[in-house]
Amino acid sequence: MKIPYYPGCTLHERALDFDVSARECAKAVGVELEELPIWTCCGAVFPLVSDSVMEILAPVRNLSYAAREGDKVVTLCSFCYHVLKRANKVVRDDPEKMEKANLFLRADTDAREEIESYTKEDYEGQVDVLHYLEMLRDVVGYDEVKKKLRRTLDGLRVAPYYGCMLLRPKKEMEFDDPEQPSIFEEFLETLGCDVVDFAMKTECCGGFQIVADEDLAVQCSRNVVGSALKNDAEIIVTTCPLCRYNLDKKQHEMEKSVRGFKKIPVVYFTQLLGIALGIGGEHIDFSDNYVDPRPVLAEKSLL
Amino acid sequence: MEERIGVFVCHCGSNIAGVVDVKRVAEELGKYPGVAYSTDYTYMCSDPGQTMVKEAIKEHNLSGVIVAACSPTLHEATFRRAGRAAGVNPYQVEIANIREQCSWVHQSDKEAATEKAIKIIKTMVEKARLDEALDPIAVPMTHKALVVGGGIAGIQAALDIANAGYETILVEKGPSIGGHMAQLSETFPTLDCSQCIMTPKMVEVAQHPRVKMMTYSEIEDVSGYVGNFKVKIRKKAAYLDRDICNGCGLCMEKCPAKTPSEFDEGLADRKAIYTPFPQAVPNKPVLDREHCLYFTNDGKCGVCKKICPVQCVDYEQEDEIIEDEVGAIVVATGYDLYPIENLGEYGGGKYPDVITSLQFERMLSASGPTEGEVKRPSDGKVPETVVFLTCCGSRDPEAHMPYCSKVCCMYLTKHAMLYKHKVHDGQAYVFYIDVRTAGKGYEEFYTRAAEEDDVLYLRGKVSKIFQEDGKVVVWGADTLSGKKVEIEADMAVLGLATVPNAAARELANMLKIHTDEWGFLAEAHPKLRPVESLAPGFYLAGAAQGPKDIPEAVAQASGAASKVAHLFAEEEYHREPIIAWIDEDTCAGCRVCVSVCPYDAAEFDDEKGIAVIKEAICEGCGACIAACPSASAQQRNLTDEQVYRMVSAALEG
Repeated sequence: MKIPYYPGCTLHERALDFDVSARECAKAVGVELEELPIWTCCGAVFPLVSDSVMEILAPVRNLSYAAREGDKVVTLCSFCYHVLKRANKVVRDDPEKMEKANLFLRADTDAREEIESYTKEDYEGQVDVLHYLEMLRDVVGYDEVKKKLRRTLDGLRVAPYYGCMLLRPKKEMEFDDPEQPSIFEEFLETLGCDVVDFAMKTECCGGFQIVADEDLAVQCSRNVVGSALKNDAEIIVTTCPLCRYNLDKKQHEMEKSVRGFKKIPVVYFTQLLGIALGIGGEHIDFSDNYVDPRPVLAEKSLL
Repeated sequence: MEERIGVFVCHCGSNIAGVVDVKRVAEELGKYPGVAYSTDYTYMCSDPGQTMVKEAIKEHNLSGVIVAACSPTLHEATFRRAGRAAGVNPYQVEIANIREQCSWVHQSDKEAATEKAIKIIKTMVEKARLDEALDPIAVPMTHKALVVGGGIAGIQAALDIANAGYETILVEKGPSIGGHMAQLSETFPTLDCSQCIMTPKMVEVAQHPRVKMMTYSEIEDVSGYVGNFKVKIRKKAAYLDRDICNGCGLCMEKCPAKTPSEFDEGLADRKAIYTPFPQAVPNKPVLDREHCLYFTNDGKCGVCKKICPVQCVDYEQEDEIIEDEVGAIVVATGYDLYPIENLGEYGGGKYPDVITSLQFERMLSASGPTEGEVKRPSDGKVPETVVFLTCCGSRDPEAHMPYCSKVCCMYLTKHAMLYKHKVHDGQAYVFYIDVRTAGKGYEEFYTRAAEEDDVLYLRGKVSKIFQEDGKVVVWGADTLSGKKVEIEADMAVLGLATVPNAAARELANMLKIHTDEWGFLAEAHPKLRPVESLAPGFYLAGAAQGPKDIPEAVAQASGAASKVAHLFAEEEYHREPIIAWIDEDTCAGCRVCVSVCPYDAAEFDDEKGIAVIKEAICEGCGACIAACPSASAQQRNLTDEQVYRMVSAALEG
């Protein structure tokens, strides 16, 4: 089964560990992730002004590229998923904005002849934006995933961290219940993990504030990490490169400010999936992690 | 022209006269063919106004009357009475609506409004020209009422109707009457013990010689019309003969099967054979098949049957359908709490120490599972800090219900106060949007909680509740200080929204009575007919119509009962004669009318080979008139001829 794949800038440049593990895992469960031949940045933030169309051009352009490849597109990064999904909904629900966005896209196409032959049709919201987790649950099926596992991650106490972007706003993301979500827990149960429930699993990690106000962002991340630790988690999994960065790398700052701070590794969910699927070596790479997950994984004989 | 029509143009103060040139309207109409008299007056509905109409009828020998005023829903009946008093048949008195349909909507264009008013009145003159003198249709009536729902509203309605001298059937779906009020601890603002004022009423209604109480029963079907309803009531199998049962309680004591008690809101267990609470009326158990070991485990138990000293247990018992006839139906199906699971942000249904307001009532109740002691469900500890949350699901159009549930501010104030009375050094917090205390003695009650019992009120919403280190941590905002608040509490009580009883919507569908978009029963007029349904013969009482407290529910129930007594005061029921009739000369007997009639009032007469209308049933909806291919079906005083003339008058000029 081939499914169009939108990696996004971060997975293309910085979070290669996420991208590579995701592609390998997809192969192992019978999905060929086909990277879109042309794609650009998703725009990274969804505009909250309601009277402008410029800010959704980037995501709509990418969706129009995806429309050439199939009826769905899979992505991983929470920001990309959030922006693409919401922009798609604007196109589907607001005919005036759809019309305007397409006018821009047409002008865009004329200016760059090399891709003129590529996108000619208007984009009218025909693509479904899927998160990789949704793909596993709804397209592949968790039962199928389970059949492909080489080992189960028994006894590993994992805290599923959703962050805020995947779930909210509920009516637009239609991903899961933002107050009591379950898709991540069900995924981890499929892998055989001990799922740790913790109060801060849908709170913000600090996000982009890490650039503008590092103290604030570290405080946010510390709440999340602290809540997971309090509930005896051994490892935190995330779906977002920025969450990974804030939660993992900023433990360096947390160590300085919290007496007796205990570190906890933060990994991508695809890395745990990869281990369970028996994918090894260079595809499951922890060299970029500040807190090394290998000791705890080794302790459970998972490496 | 033999008809002599009088036109009376009302100013309605400045409501009409401020926009419409009423003098000119009266003058113009005076010149219209068939109009014998035309005038205007400030308030036509007032006593001098009505007198003016009556005198003009006599003086000018009028054959018909047009009152150009407000909507006919307001004063059609008023002027028809006046017309009758002066000798004009009430059905030859018509209203031309020049307020709602003219002056109120055309305030910016006085000239056009005046022209429109003239046209509206002319169309009514055209109608009145051909209006026949009609008499209301008298149909026989059953002087017996049905009350659906055995909570406080249903009990009060049944008692009042029975005390007015009429037989009443009170149907309750649960094993006992009493409803939610029987669950409550004490009542605001007097702190009366709810059970103490409720149980005597329950006994009174059960023992009333004119009340037939049917518990563990549900309405299966209702047909017919006001004055003549046929009802089928399903008496659910209790798997014991409740007439023989002496209520000794041995079966409940020995029954080995347990399940969470609905009456105790899941805070304690009940047996599979049970009465919901010790003061139940009737105080005789029912057997819940779903949890009974005899039924779930292949007949392997049977303890209750063995032990029963009067041999009343009968596992073969089946539901029974009881048929009866009634003249009026009071619907008092009550409310439910909005499901706590829907409040995911507060961990509703997930954390044992986040509880519903009804659970807290049971906890406070002396006859409740903790015998009135406040103990948190997780470990039975007396909570030192309790947070009470108003508007859990109410006033939240984005995620839940947009309406105010009306009683939560007051009962949470009562909760906080009672908690403080029981746990003197405990701390009670109430988060609120506004504290709404509109009721006699309510504001004083709230002030007392805040000032004398040191309940701390925080103006703001709670964003999240989570469990950590054995506490429920409450994150909220105090919008008065502009600060974020974090409270490490031992327990949180959610003032959940009031929603209609889950089964009520289905029942309303069966009864063909209107509900609003949330499923609350719709009243006939929000101000002037608050206890009646638009469907004749149906009356509303209690929280089924909208969130309300006990005194309001009781008042509405008494109001509904008085409306029933008013209906029953006449020997026969008089129906509006504005209904369909069939022209026997032109009807070809095609039966189209029979197929479209929603009330089964159009019938085929085999002997005559044509359709006939049953006058006692026809509601005058007009479906047969529109469907009839030969125009043989006609509406009285709204014939095709009348409609054509009205349309012509409207289009003229």
